[in-house]
Amino acid sequence: MIEAVIFYMFAFVLMAAAAACVSVRQPVLAVLSLILCFFNAAGLMVLLGAEFLAFVVLIVYVGAVAVLFLFVVMMLDVRAPAAEPKKRQRFLRPAFAVVTAILFLEILVVVFSSLSASDVAPVIEADFENTRLLGQVLYTDYIYPFQMAGLLLLVGMIGAMALTLTKRKEVKRQKLWDQLDRRAGEVLEVRSVKTGEGLL
Amino acid sequence: MLWDIFWILAGVACIIAVVLGATSYLTWYERKVLGLIQVRKGPNIVGPFGLLQPVADGIKVLCKETIFPARAHVPLFIFAPVLTFFLALASWAVVPFDKGLVLADINVGVLYILALSSLSVYALIIAGWASNAKYPFLGALRAAAQMISYEVSIGLIFVCVLLFAGSLNLSRIVEAQKDGWFVFSLLFPMMILFFVAALAETNRSPFDLPEGESELVGGFNTEYSSMIFAMFFLGEYANMILVSAMISILFLGGWLAPFEGLSFIPGFVWFAAKIALCLFVFLWVRGTLPRYRYDQLMRIGWKFFLPVSLFWVVISATWVLWRGYGVG
Amino acid sequence: MAWDRALYRIKYILGLDMIAGLWITLRYVFKKPVTLNYPYEKGPLSPRFRGEHALRRYPDGTERCIACKLCEAVCPALAITIAAGQADNGARVALRYDIDMTKCINCGLCQEVCPVEAIVEGPNFEYATWSHEELIYDKARLLANGERWESLLAADLAAERKNA
Repeated sequence: MIEAVIFYMFAFVLMAAAAACVSVRQPVLAVLSLILCFFNAAGLMVLLGAEFLAFVVLIVYVGAVAVLFLFVVMMLDVRAPAAEPKKRQRFLRPAFAVVTAILFLEILVVVFSSLSASDVAPVIEADFENTRLLGQVLYTDYIYPFQMAGLLLLVGMIGAMALTLTKRKEVKRQKLWDQLDRRAGEVLEVRSVKTGEGLL
Repeated sequence: MLWDIFWILAGVACIIAVVLGATSYLTWYERKVLGLIQVRKGPNIVGPFGLLQPVADGIKVLCKETIFPARAHVPLFIFAPVLTFFLALASWAVVPFDKGLVLADINVGVLYILALSSLSVYALIIAGWASNAKYPFLGALRAAAQMISYEVSIGLIFVCVLLFAGSLNLSRIVEAQKDGWFVFSLLFPMMILFFVAALAETNRSPFDLPEGESELVGGFNTEYSSMIFAMFFLGEYANMILVSAMISILFLGGWLAPFEGLSFIPGFVWFAAKIALCLFVFLWVRGTLPRYRYDQLMRIGWKFFLPVSLFWVVISATWVLWRGYGVG
Repeated sequence: MAWDRALYRIKYILGLDMIAGLWITLRYVFKKPVTLNYPYEKGPLSPRFRGEHALRRYPDGTERCIACKLCEAVCPALAITIAAGQADNGARVALRYDIDMTKCINCGLCQEVCPVEAIVEGPNFEYATWSHEELIYDKARLLANGERWESLLAADLAAERKNA
């Protein structure tokens, strides 16, 4: 009973947050509702018994990815965008509608067909925690796809760096080791100066 | 069924009471330690040894007026400190105070703590954005960048400890230190690293740049006053205690006594003593070191902490493969 | 000398300088605090201390102030207002002598310039109030201050004369 109540609570907030995310004008509020969405999705995963996945979603998506979203969106002009969309956007609307409809249909098919989650991946009954199980599966059965995914991420990371990394010449940077290598005796000289004679 | 819920709620109430009490007395402890370091006496007027000072501070802060900036986003403005406070308290659910004395003995306790601490950055960002002013906003940007950077290293340090303990459950991590605490092992450098990263994660001096009052007035909490400021303040201190508790659990053997002969003293006393010791180091560092420059903070985060902790994961894994779990 | 540079770098990486700093502060923890418990203990004051103002009287009770207005003229903060008048015996006296203590900068020029040692700055520095109005002193208040602090004021002035 309690589980059902908690499930509907998470589900309701999830749907409400998702609706808010696409309908709110203020971009920052939209991102915040997206984060609320992630959070509730993680809650649902805990209910499913996938606590490792839930917390990884929280750490990775909520804790890192969404922070960067928020970071970027916060830097934008905070005023709400103009109500009247541009011509190009008006042309794109039907395209968006079609894509959304297809995605929604897919979900409906999955939900209402006899296809259940256990058909896609076998449910393994085990007496140890699913962290260990996940690790075992990832590093044995799915080692190649797992490494491949890692490689893809690495490529993406290097690509992003290559695109954005610029060495600006006019910026003065700290030369840490040079600073540490300086010795008072080598760069300073103490002299006694007589009045009226100056240093020459 | 109903009794189960009652006991859970009673446990929650107990933890909140203990943590809140400890948090308010941490402010007293901090002022005392800083006073001693600066050859002063610290609070000594309100009550014996100034022990009633937190009460007086609490009454003062409750009586103050809450001011909302004219152009602030008020709901989010209030939500931010509430979130900090909530997260600081919620993390305690998985902390084992003694053998079996834990509210939720979940299998992924470490991940739970890490997830909640990664959520706490939102409170600062939301506070900075909702204040609608430059200094809080700059503070929020700094907080976001700083906390994300150090979370990466903290995650890797966790991995090192987990490799030694062989479990993500906090109680079992403590149990794994029965034969020797993780400080006295290959993990000692990781404890230092964890401590420094924790300073950055909790925005404590010398990494308190998000609130750096010398350049950002008060940083993300510039516009806050009265009770909502107090919630930020208490949240920060509760986080400090939490991080100290994590250091005790991960490296100092949690509730375990240092010697077998001393195990007649109850475990939670040892746990509290270890937390107090860690907190003293927090305050000691605050009383000693000046604030870092922001680029230096980022440099040691990414160019020193990350590679070293990554390297240590490899070393720990090798060690565990060779000698098995635990210190022995 | 490459090895000494390497040593410095290792020292930096290990943070030994920070540990040295921590050691110093740890030693200070065990030193005796230098705190004065202020409302109960107070530090010594110089006889030249410039605190709250007071108007003094001669031992026979007549006011010293002759309303020469030198203090009003010299006051850099324009805090002093004086109105001169005649007493019943024909002596020149101040009818009004107001000091706005919120303007006063406690420079001590008024007591420096006073020819009859009437206006002085006494040893009292605990005269904070809840309102601005209470800090605008009139002649009665200043004379009352003079009566209250006379023994200390006279001692301070005597010490000053002995030094001169």
